[in-house]
Amino acid sequence: MIGLLLRDLNLAVRAGGGFGLGLAFFLIFASLVPFGVGPETGVLRVIAPGILWLGALFACLLSLDRIFQLDWEDGSLDLLATSPLPLEGVAAIKALAHWITTGLPLVALAPVLGLLLNLPGPAFVWLVGSLAVGTPALSAIGTFGAALTVGIKRGGLLLSLLVLPLYVPTLIFGALTVARGAAGVDAMTPLAMLAGITLATLATLPFAAAAALRVNLR
Amino acid sequence: MVTPETRNQNSTPRVLLQDRPCFPSGPVSASARQMQLVVENLACARGAAQILSGVVFSVAAGDALILRGPNGAGKTTLLRTLAGLTPPLEGHIRTAPEAIAYAGHADGLKASLTVAENLSFWARVFGADDISDAVDAFDLNDFLDRKAGELSAGQKRRLSLARLLVTRRPVWCLDEPTVSLDTANVARFAAAVQAHLAGGGSAVIATHIDLGLPGARTLDITPFVAKRIRADDPFGDEAFR
Repeated sequence: MIGLLLRDLNLAVRAGGGFGLGLAFFLIFASLVPFGVGPETGVLRVIAPGILWLGALFACLLSLDRIFQLDWEDGSLDLLATSPLPLEGVAAIKALAHWITTGLPLVALAPVLGLLLNLPGPAFVWLVGSLAVGTPALSAIGTFGAALTVGIKRGGLLLSLLVLPLYVPTLIFGALTVARGAAGVDAMTPLAMLAGITLATLATLPFAAAAALRVNLR
Repeated sequence: MVTPETRNQNSTPRVLLQDRPCFPSGPVSASARQMQLVVENLACARGAAQILSGVVFSVAAGDALILRGPNGAGKTTLLRTLAGLTPPLEGHIRTAPEAIAYAGHADGLKASLTVAENLSFWARVFGADDISDAVDAFDLNDFLDRKAGELSAGQKRRLSLARLLVTRRPVWCLDEPTVSLDTANVARFAAAVQAHLAGGGSAVIATHIDLGLPGARTLDITPFVAKRIRADDPFGDEAFR
């Protein structure tokens, strides 16, 4: 299992691995927003929580179809499925590797982009906290979607359609956490809900992803 | 697929099967040896279509079984079913759990990893820590540090076959293993299979060339090709056979 995680991280950072793609997208997306809605700080401070969460969500979405597709194309997925590793474990490790290469850098970059969008001071802690708690759910849900669509040529669009509705609860509670933090009211309740969603996806979706993989490998 | 029933019979890995009466297509001497793979009345499907039915054979330790049949007969489907990737429609595959090492058409290599990294990854997955035997068997020493993406097709195939040695599993299920290998490397591969058989392993190999394995049996799967299931299949008519 550790070997698979290290291999996936290794592949992600090497040439053509796609590491940094989501990060660059997040950076460009958030820095383009002031050009689109105008530089009024009053407007930006209101929409910043939602914009930052949306940006993180789309950045995650970008790299989802790589989770299983590359392994499927070169035959590694067949070999992993016949290896001693349980397929549920493979799915969980894939989600973890996706989070480390996509979610974690987003968490680290978000405060910088918060500055660009004039996010109020007290909200920064909630921004980092909510992204750290919420992005694992994005990776877990995305891994499930990737497992459902593996083997479909250019399945990226279908994957987005499947996954985006499932991202809604995470987006609502994530953005709400930051917005309440920005308004200076207690944001613990939405953060706890967010944590609940993340834990539920982590507990169940690797099994669902493994079941979907088994069907798609037939 | 290892059925639950089979798992119960062989709860520990590497437990070999009980001797059983041999089947019509099995070798006469097989009943005296340990069976590593017994296939009974197997029906295989690819997608929704049934491809093979009534497949019966057995492979004992030290045996090699060569699968023959025209393109599209179902050799790949049979091997994928044996490997557990596709559940059988009916029948049983009796084998010890985690006995089967599968190698398909695709090499399963990562282009941006070196030869040594690719091999070490699979060694780690299968709980082995030494790749030197596999490297020597397929003469990979000269390009251990090169990226797999820079190798020729034949070199990739050798690397992919070397993976079989690090799995340390007794039953090899190989689908066209000699594709893009030159004559010298086909001989090298045949030697690796022989060493595997001599070490108590066995192999089921779908191939169109003569590997020169002494004592290998050949199974033509053409008689097992299933009749078309769909009644409205326009090509299901006898005239098209």
